[in-house]
Amino acid sequence: MNEFLLIFGMFLVTFGVRYPVLALVGKLKLPEVVLRALRFVPPAVLSAIIVPAVFYPDGEQLMWGLDNPRLIAAVIAILVAWRLKNLLLTIVVGMVALWVLQVLY
Amino acid sequence: MQTPRSEFIAGLKVTIPLDVGAIPFGIIFGALAVTSGLSPVAAMAMSLFVFAGSSQFIAAGLVASGTGIGIIILTTFIVNLRHALYSTTLAPHMKHLSQKWLLPLGFLLTDESFVVAANRYSEPDTSPYKHWFFLGSAIFMYINWQLCTLVGILAGQAIPDPLSWGLDFAMVVTFLGLVVPMVKGRSILAAVIVAGIVATAGYKLPNQLGLILAALFGVMAGVCLETIHGKHG
Repeated sequence: MNEFLLIFGMFLVTFGVRYPVLALVGKLKLPEVVLRALRFVPPAVLSAIIVPAVFYPDGEQLMWGLDNPRLIAAVIAILVAWRLKNLLLTIVVGMVALWVLQVLY
Repeated sequence: MQTPRSEFIAGLKVTIPLDVGAIPFGIIFGALAVTSGLSPVAAMAMSLFVFAGSSQFIAAGLVASGTGIGIIILTTFIVNLRHALYSTTLAPHMKHLSQKWLLPLGFLLTDESFVVAANRYSEPDTSPYKHWFFLGSAIFMYINWQLCTLVGILAGQAIPDPLSWGLDFAMVVTFLGLVVPMVKGRSILAAVIVAGIVATAGYKLPNQLGLILAALFGVMAGVCLETIHGKHG
């Protein structure tokens, strides 16, 4: 495998998605409804990344019951994030919860 | 009064927990990359020049399974398409910036820095230096990612089955901690729920297409509900 070509290609397509849009869209005057819609992008994308990662713990099989330690750890993390509004604490409690649950299961 | 310096430092500060959440992810990438057949130099170069965690993971997996370069690059493109959504979201706030700013901020854009920058830009104060905040966050994420990749490469074979530790879950709880405080009102809740359901239903679609679809449906759900119930619905 030509590793240089691989990384150069990956760089090109990744930068090619990030930068030109940033540079070009700024020059357009976006309609009001689009600007309104864009405010929903951060929560929607984050949710779209998180939820399947919780329900497909091994990346293969859907597990939506109590036998899925990731689901329970995620619920605990949500409670911490919601009540305490502390990101670092959410990460630590969520990870510790997962490890404890994995030992128990 | 905000100064470039105070914005930059504030950007660094909010990014500390995000870096903590990314540490396991970066270390696993480094370890996985060298065990999947990439040379240590290539693994490091990928973090330095591509700097896009999830696509780097997928690329390492594809290298291990002997996939051709063309397919890996195409997959990278599709997996990173969501960045176009991020750029579109941030661009209206960054109109006044020169290429000197847009080039590095474009290169350094990640899920985490995007959320941090979008949050900062949505705050009502009129600080003219919010891009410094973005830069502080993005640079901190970048340095952290390089160090973690390096540790992973060096640890390499010492971590026998990195995924079995559940360390990849750190990214999930990090993003959970980001999204929960965003949910103010029914329209954002709708966007979050619809995006989650569509992403889970579409999980088996190739190349994370489910993710893009989910984001679009989530945004539409949010806009619809907001239109029905008014701005604070």
